[in-house]
Formats: sequence, structure tokens, C-alpha cells
Amino acid sequence: MKRIGLVVNPIAGLGGRVGLKGSDGMELQRKALELGAVPHAVERAAQALQALLPLGAEFELLTYPFAMGAEAARQAGIDPCVLGSIQPGQTSAEDTVRAAREMAENEVRLLLFAGGDGTARDICNAIGMEIPALGIPAGVKIQSAVYATAPRYAGELAAAFLRGETELRQAEVMDLDEDAFRAGRVSACLYGYLKTPYSQRYVQGVKVPSLSRESAVLEAIAGDLADRMKPGWLYIFGPGSTTQAVATHIGFDKTLLGVDAVLDGKIVSADASEADLLRLLSVNRLAEIVVTPIGGQGCIFGRGNQPISPDVIRKVGRAHIRVISTPEKIQALNGHPLWADTGDRAVDEMLSGYLVVLTGYKESVMYKVMA
Amino acid sequence: MKNITAERFTNGKPNLRRFHQARWDEPVIFELGQPGQRGILVPEVEEGIKSQVGDALAGIPDGLRRKDPPKLPEMAQPAVLRHYDHLSQENLGVDFNIDVGQGTCTMKYSPKVNDQLARMPEMTELHPLQDESTVQGILEIMYRFEQILKEISGLERFTLQPGAGSVAIYTNASIMRAYHEARGEAKQRDEMITTIFSHPSDAACAKVAGYKVITLYPDPEGYPDLEALKAAVSERTAGLLITNPEDTGIFNPKIAEFTRIIHAAGGLCSYDQANANGMLGITRAREAGFDLCHFNLHKTFSTPHGCGGPAVGATGVTQELARFLPVPIVDFDGQKYFLNYDPADSIGKIRPFYGVAPVVLKAYAWVMALGAAGLREVAEVAVLNNNYLMKKVLAIHGVAAPYAAGKRRVEQVRYSWQTLFEETGVHSEALGIRAADFGVHYWTSHHPYVVPEPCTLEPTESYSKEELDEYAAILEHVAGEAYSDPNLVRSAPHNSTVHTIDHHPFDDPQQWAITWRAYLRKTGQER
Ligand SMILES: Cc1ncc(COP(=O)(O)O)c(C=O)c1O
Repeated sequence: MKRIGLVVNPIAGLGGRVGLKGSDGMELQRKALELGAVPHAVERAAQALQALLPLGAEFELLTYPFAMGAEAARQAGIDPCVLGSIQPGQTSAEDTVRAAREMAENEVRLLLFAGGDGTARDICNAIGMEIPALGIPAGVKIQSAVYATAPRYAGELAAAFLRGETELRQAEVMDLDEDAFRAGRVSACLYGYLKTPYSQRYVQGVKVPSLSRESAVLEAIAGDLADRMKPGWLYIFGPGSTTQAVATHIGFDKTLLGVDAVLDGKIVSADASEADLLRLLSVNRLAEIVVTPIGGQGCIFGRGNQPISPDVIRKVGRAHIRVISTPEKIQALNGHPLWADTGDRAVDEMLSGYLVVLTGYKESVMYKVMA
Repeated sequence: MKNITAERFTNGKPNLRRFHQARWDEPVIFELGQPGQRGILVPEVEEGIKSQVGDALAGIPDGLRRKDPPKLPEMAQPAVLRHYDHLSQENLGVDFNIDVGQGTCTMKYSPKVNDQLARMPEMTELHPLQDESTVQGILEIMYRFEQILKEISGLERFTLQPGAGSVAIYTNASIMRAYHEARGEAKQRDEMITTIFSHPSDAACAKVAGYKVITLYPDPEGYPDLEALKAAVSERTAGLLITNPEDTGIFNPKIAEFTRIIHAAGGLCSYDQANANGMLGITRAREAGFDLCHFNLHKTFSTPHGCGGPAVGATGVTQELARFLPVPIVDFDGQKYFLNYDPADSIGKIRPFYGVAPVVLKAYAWVMALGAAGLREVAEVAVLNNNYLMKKVLAIHGVAAPYAAGKRRVEQVRYSWQTLFEETGVHSEALGIRAADFGVHYWTSHHPYVVPEPCTLEPTESYSKEELDEYAAILEHVAGEAYSDPNLVRSAPHNSTVHTIDHHPFDDPQQWAITWRAYLRKTGQER
């Protein structure tokens, strides 16, 4: 019997309908309900679960009580195994974290969760990359790549995963700074990664089908970079699963979320600060920056890689910025340009125009960078 | 939704066909064979012959001789015939259906008389190693066909040697390298530029030829981005490999600017005209500033595709580049036709001999039957058909033709069912498969899917208005089903043998099995 876990954040999406941009925090939730918001996360979770029905008795659903999962299961016609206890109507992030932990301890094959970026962050806190997880979109803000494009695809993808038809990839958990967002500023950061099932069949149109497995593409990019790396040069690698995987293929252990500097095949500064980088650059004038755009939004500087500051970029020089990306990630931008938000207008402008993005071994695309 | 059953006939004419394909559950031929069965019992060689000939195999060097006989299926003749007839009934080939759905492939009707010509013994009994003096006829046809291609393209010398469009592109990339080598710049010029909507063979062949490839994305209007080109060219640029119109069916109005910029940077420009069906007699490679081009005789020139060959990617160049062409080329000295091995700086051979002769013969016959005015009419009708079909398709709810809004297309259109997908959850691929239940089909697009939920239709000049109407009616019906009964579409096909297959293993080279033996090995049935 294959076990699937389900965690619903019952209040996800509450704020959106009434124009509150997000639902984090008890106070806001009260305000949203007062404004007449109707929770729909349960319904969306049920839609996803319906796609699992064809699996019949092949799987068992583990979930939390009431609106955190049991209701959605019953709506979909599934009799779940219910764990834990909650205070209906007063759930919080802690409940999500606790529920996710319990699912992991009960060895579910896959954890389905319904919510938005805040929920994804809680899930990431709870289970990291311990077990595969996949989001059912129900929140106001969905920047994270861990979500399927529609509830029903989350269900179909989950079913495909259980049938062994998918691979797992590291998908970004992104979240906006909600205070900034409500004040009209978009400022997202890369929060972490979840291990998420992926099959081109179910994400077609958003993520794009490719002819090669992602791991093969990353190896190809690594091959190209390795060919170009020269002794005596300092290589500053930005955060992300793309740069990490490429670094692994080249032969060093890169941090996932940090900026690491490499010289002559060795990491000379892991999780470097701006000051670390400037210090290294004062010794090694020949340097290159290797960054990857943030999936789905195309930011190359200023989100999650702040140590690569305007000063660092200026010292390295535009000609020595190497953007790397799988072709799918470029495709998923749907024609939107790359962009930088370094906090220094002059540097942002200097970066604008076109940059070569390395997409494979001896393969690249010429891609627009917004001013 | 219309009630199709009630309205199947209007004035005695069928609205939608009640198509049902044969389904034979046919095994792979290797599974059909049984040890000891024979198709032909070859008679024992008579003593008299044996004593004269001796051991016929003795002349074959030891290293070239098989130790074991090949593991071919052992079968009786009728079983073989039945097997292939079954398979042929499980097909939806160009002569079976209104084949407008195989966009970019130029699936036109190829007159059968041309096949008959190519099957005449005068043709089939030829051998490429025969003495020139005994093959003057076919050499003349090759020579004359070259003159025709020169006129169509405006370029000055052609080789018919490349055996496919991709081989032609590879040839062109190799000629570019030879040109830069002759100028001492081959090392420095290691980058080839192409566009994302050019055929993927342009990028792939450049890479096989050793180049780094820079791909340009379209501008917001869907045209190749001129500013991106300016950013991409440098002293490292070897050349441009580009399709026009691109796979979207959109003609690049700035193409002359593209070739000018490449030339100014010292590069060469190669025009991928594999599919020139909308261009014949209307524009030429030369006037757009190209130095090289190629035509797929198995597309535009109706030879036809033949399930992946035999084919010819006829490759043309300017006079300046003629010295790099593969050898031999067919020439005429005023008296006789001969194989010319002269071109001093030839890139060598791309393929044995000088081109697939029956394919050239068929293309020549096709062109001669049409004449110059007829060729232009082919392009005009193909473009007209395409724009007529586009108008009908765009009237269907859920579909769009992204980019170049309001503009006409040349010979094909890459549509997008994104709206339908968002509203129903049905993918384009499923619609194409459901269409097979009505006896037609369509293809989505090359990967990556730059246009989401793509569908590429290319009606060519071969189809009548009624046939295009029928095709559009099927699409409309299937799209309507996606809204009214999405599961019916998702679970298609119901009347056809086309299978929905899991694409996932395609991504994984570890799971590929190119031969039966590889299959047995990879599935653990044989070591
Ligand atoms: C524009 C274009 N270029 C190149 C090719 C490759 O030709 P072939 O399939 O003969 O290698 C094709 C056909 O698929 C094509 O449509």
C-alpha cells in the first residue's frame, strides 16, 4: 500500500479574494473573514484528490483533521486515515509544520499540501528534502515552483508519481516579503527547495518539455563551464539548485543557498558575504560570476544572491558574468526578459541589454535583460 | 454542441467520417519468427556449378566474415506479407488522410506517375559505379535539375549529394568552416547563430560540425530579434543558419538586415529552405543576401518523404563558395556529362556517390510537369490554403495563432491551444490524438514548446477547399468535446490504433533501445 500525505492550509487564499495580498498572520485572517472571504483551499484540495481515485485501493491517504485534510478527502470520496488534532478555525503555521512532520514520520511516499508560498515555506521548514512533496495551488501568492499549475494537475502528477512515471527535481520555494508586497513593492526571495515530482506531461505549457533529462543538461552545462575555467581566476557561484548541480559535476561541493567562491578548483569561501567577496577580489582581479535566473521570474541579481552586490558586479565586469540555465527555465519565462534589482540603478542599467545564457555544452541563447 | 449522429449527413454528404481503423494487436516481427520456418527454400547448388565456382565465400577476408548467422526472424512468406499488411492498416499515412497536420513537413500529394518513372528498369538497373559514358541520361537529369535549382534560388552551384535536409545543413556548416579556414580564420570563428523558431536541425548540425551555437529568441512580435542578433555577432561569428519563414509560418521582414549584419561581422549566411513551399517563384535566397541554401527534395519537390528516406537535401552556394562543395559534382563539357572531382578545396564526401538518383528523377519530373508558372502557382495555392484554413481554425473557441497579430502567414501556422487547455485541462497532444478517431491527425511542435500547447498545420497546395473544411470541422468537433466531455478526449484514441504513450522514457537515454537486441538486453531477457 502506497501512502500519501495531505496537509491543507485551510485559510490559504483568504486574503486574495478581498484584495489583501496574502493571508499570513492571524490578524489579517480575521480581517479577511470580516470582509467576506470564503475559504476555498479545502475545495481545491478535493479537486486534486479526485485525480487519485483511479488508483483505487492502491493507496492510503494520511491527513489531519477537519479542514486540514479530512474534509477535502471526504469531499473527494476518499476515506482517509486521520492523524493529530487541531482547533478548527484557529489553525496556524505551527499546525502545518507539525502535520507535515507527522506525515514524514509515517513514511508517506509523497506529501501533498494545499496553500500558497507561505505554506510551501512551512512545509520546507518541516521536511526539507527528506520526502517528496508537491503543492496544490490554493494561495494568493504562488511564486514557488513546487506547485502544480492547477489543483487537478497536482492530483494527476501525484498519481503519475505513484505509478513511477515521474522523476524528482529540486523545485524552488519562493516567498515574497509580505509587508513589502502590501506596500506595493515586489520583493521575493529564494527560501529553499523541496523535492518535487516532475513529468513534462503534467506541467506542459508552464515548464517546458525537453529532449533530455535535466540531470544530463546540467552535466552538459558543467562540461562547458569546466572547459572554460582557468587557473588563477576567481569564480563566484550564486545560489540555487542549478549552480549547485553544475558545481557538483565540475567537482566541488557548493552550498545550496549561499554564494561560494572557487579558485583553482577549490572553494575558497563558502556562503560568502559581500565583504568576503570584495576581499577576494582585491587579491584576484580576474574573476567571473556564475548565476542562474530564479525559476519563473527571471531575476539574476538582487534576490537571494545579495552578497554579489553592485560593487562586486562592477569589479568583475559585465563581460565576466556567466548566466547559466536549463532551456526549460528560459522557456518558462514565457518571453519575459531577465532582470536585476541590485539596489543600484547604474548597475541594473549596465546589466540591461542582452546577455548570453549558457544552456548546454557549447549551447547558449542570447537573452534580453530588462533595464 | 452539435449532435453529430443526427447531423452526420447534410445533403447526402458526410459531415464527419465514421472512421474506424483496423487493430491487429500485431507483435513485433522478432516475436513472430519461429526457428526452422522459411520464406524461400534455396535449391542446393548443382555439382557442375560448384566445381566451376568453388568456394564463393573464400574471397571474403576472414575479418569481414560473420562467425554466426544474423539473428533474423525465421518466417514463411505469407506470414511476412500478412505482418506488413497489418501494419499498413494501422497507419495514417499521407495517402490515407487529409494530411495537413504534419506541419513543417510539407505533406503534399506526390503524383504516382513519378513513382512509376523511378521504378522503370532503366532507373532501377543503374549502378553508381557504372562508367560515366553508360549513365549519360541520369547525369543529364541531375545537371538539368541543378540549373532549375539555380534559377529558383539565385545561387550558382548545387550538390545533390546530401541525403537529407540535416545532411545539407551539416554540409553548409562544413563549407563555412572551409571558407574561414581558407582565410585563416577558422579557429577564431567558432560560433554559429540561429533562431529558436528555425528548424532544430540548424542548431544540431552546427554543433555536430563542431560549432558553438547561439540561439536567438523572438522579439515580442514573434520575429527573430534583430537587437539580439546585433548583440550576438562578433569576430567569433562563423555564420547564420536560419529558416524563413520560421516554423511559425511568419516571414522575417528584416531578413536582408540579418544577412547584412552577419556579413559585416565577417560571417556567412545559410538559408534553410528545406521547406520552400510558400516561396517558389516569389523570393530567392540570393536577393535576401544568402551565400548558401538547401532544399529538401522530399518536401517542396514532392519526391515524397518515404518514411525517413531516401531523400536529397540539395545544397546550393555562390560561385565564390563553389570550390568547397563536396565531390563529385555533375558537369557538362558541351558534349557529355561527367563527374567533376575538381573543386580544389572540396570538403570531401558527405555521402557516397552523387545523390539519390530516383529522388532527383522524381523531383525533376515534378518540376517539368509544372513549369515555372506552375511552381509559382504551387506557392500561391499553398499560401492561400494556409490562410483559408487559419481563418477557419481561428473561429474555433480555445485556439490562437500567437505572434504577428492580424498578419497573414506563409505556408504554415503554429497554433496554440493554451486557452482551451486552461479552460478544460485538455492538452494539445490529446486533441491531436482524438482527431485520429476521425481519420486525421496533427503534430504539436518541435521541442522545446516555445508556443504553449502547440499544433502546427501546413495544408500545402494539394488539398481542396472541401478537404480543408472537413479538417477544420474535425478540429472544431474535437475542441468542442474537450469542453463537453474532456475525459473522452483524454482517453482517446477510441477508433484508431494510435496509442497514447508515456513520453517519460524518451527523456532517458538509459531506456532507449535502438535495436531488438538492445531491447532484449535492456529488459534483461538476454545478456
Ligand atoms: C526547415 C527544415 N529544416 C531542416 C529539416 C531537416 O530535414 P531532414 O528531415 O531531411 O533531415 C526540416 C525537416 O524536418 C525542416 O522542416
